[in-house]
Amino acid sequence: MDIFNDFSVGLFAMQLVILLLLLFLLAKFAWKPILNSLSEREEGIQNALDEADNARKEMQNLQADNQRLLNEARAERDEMLKEAREMKNKMIEDAKEEANEAASKLMAQAQAAIQTEKKAAISDLKSQVANLSIEIAEKVVRDELSNKDKQEKLVESMLGEATLN
Amino acid sequence: MIAKKSIKIFTILAVVFSSFTSYATSDGSTEKEGQVNSPESINAYIKHHLADSHDFALYSYTNDAGERKHVGFPLPVMVWTSKGLKTFMSSEFHHNDDGHVIVDKGDVKLTKIHSKIYELNEGETHVAFDDQHHATNAHKVLDFSITKSVFGMLLAGLLMLLGFSSLARGYKKGAIPTGIGRVLEPLVLYVRDEIARPNIGEKKYKKFMPYLLTVFFFIWILNLLGLTPLGFNVTGQIAVTACLAIFTLIIYITNGSKDFWQHTLWMPGVPVLIRPVLAILELAGFILIKPFSLLVRLFANITAGHSVVMGIAALMILLKAKFGTVGATGISFLLTLFLSVIEVLVAFLQAFIFTMLSALFIGMAVEEHEHH
Amino acid sequence: MYNLIGAGLIVIGGGIGLGQIGGKAMEGIARQPEAAGKIQTAMIIIGALLEGLAFGALLLA
Repeated sequence: MDIFNDFSVGLFAMQLVILLLLLFLLAKFAWKPILNSLSEREEGIQNALDEADNARKEMQNLQADNQRLLNEARAERDEMLKEAREMKNKMIEDAKEEANEAASKLMAQAQAAIQTEKKAAISDLKSQVANLSIEIAEKVVRDELSNKDKQEKLVESMLGEATLN
Repeated sequence: MIAKKSIKIFTILAVVFSSFTSYATSDGSTEKEGQVNSPESINAYIKHHLADSHDFALYSYTNDAGERKHVGFPLPVMVWTSKGLKTFMSSEFHHNDDGHVIVDKGDVKLTKIHSKIYELNEGETHVAFDDQHHATNAHKVLDFSITKSVFGMLLAGLLMLLGFSSLARGYKKGAIPTGIGRVLEPLVLYVRDEIARPNIGEKKYKKFMPYLLTVFFFIWILNLLGLTPLGFNVTGQIAVTACLAIFTLIIYITNGSKDFWQHTLWMPGVPVLIRPVLAILELAGFILIKPFSLLVRLFANITAGHSVVMGIAALMILLKAKFGTVGATGISFLLTLFLSVIEVLVAFLQAFIFTMLSALFIGMAVEEHEHH
Repeated sequence: MYNLIGAGLIVIGGGIGLGQIGGKAMEGIARQPEAAGKIQTAMIIIGALLEGLAFGALLLA
């Protein structure tokens, strides 16, 4: 066969030497540093990715915290608002009540005052009426008392008529 | 920086071309072996190209005076003869390849027949041929010459050293490579992540990375060099592919795990009587068939590729009578272009397959089975 | 002459084999496009093994 006849031992030997030399040189000066750098870089990238992942998780946690705080704050605010509203309502209510009370008190006082005034007025009126009546009566009496019968008659009729309101 | 580089390149080019011309003028061969234009001469030409050669021929032509001129440069010949090591430049053969030029080195006479160097037997002055054109009074010598293939390997090795050491140095400057490293890095990663890791396993692949990377780029660069007009056919030399295959063989044999040897030599779980038979089959598979298929595949693919491309290119000559010069050239150009594109793919594919199968075999050998 | 016939037979056999590998791989890829990469690699490996076989035989032919 031609092919095996073509086999050149010398070429084989040269190839062996060249390949061994190449393997040695490349392994020392190229493959080792290249592969090391590549794996270093990959590790670096992996680390960076992990770190980024961690940072993202932390971020998420922080955000969750923030959200929670925010929610709490909001709840607190709502609470406060509610309280304030309640307080306001209560105050209004109180004020209203107070006002009502005051008003009714005033009214009562006013009524009482009116009553007293009225009483006073009535008593005044009464005394005036009495005075007047006494004066009238004096005059009448003075006039009438000249006649004893007439006097008695008058007194009687007047007494009959007069009713104390 | 760039100016310095271009001066370097220019100097190299100048040196190379001046050596071409001086070699061309010093060439004294006046034989009118002439043009390649018959099917036989095309066949012979293809065969000649596929074989290794002792000088670096770029092209040859016949000048107006009828002299055959060869443009290229001679390579050193180093042969181990019966009288010890002899070295001289291949130009002493004057491009003769059929044993007519005899180089007298004092105590031995050497000649070149079909790209092989023969030593004439004691006392002979001419080569005698039998009817099969085999030399009867000469024998082959151990030829450690820097042949074209060796030159190609050295070139590929130099390219690899330059490229990858620059990539390695690039990492010292920063994590991301620059220049040529940008192209090489993905390839290195490809070999690691697509070839070594899945086939050898995460734990053990690191040890074999240097070999796999070296072999991958060595084969690929040589395959691609073979597609250039420089006309290398390194990976189409059976000695080269055999050496590569034997490397793989040695690596997986020496790194075989205990499980591997147990499963190869004394397969558990089968009847005892069958075990020796299986052992023979497995051993033959690992020691003979697998390396053989590795070496033959690479060799045959590259050789076949080169033959077909050259054959198609030769259509230019063969079809000239039928289609005219322009037609024949056009047809052959288109077909050659098409085939060359396929060959570029094959160049990668063969490097990939060789590395892949090496990794697979290594993976088989280093694998540790789960014991049930 | 006989070796040419042998070579022809090898090419036929190899062709059938490669066709089977390629066809089945395509089917596999069509069925599971996400596994295309793995199928392709396996296909190339088996193709290469077949090729080695065929080339070995061709050399002997």
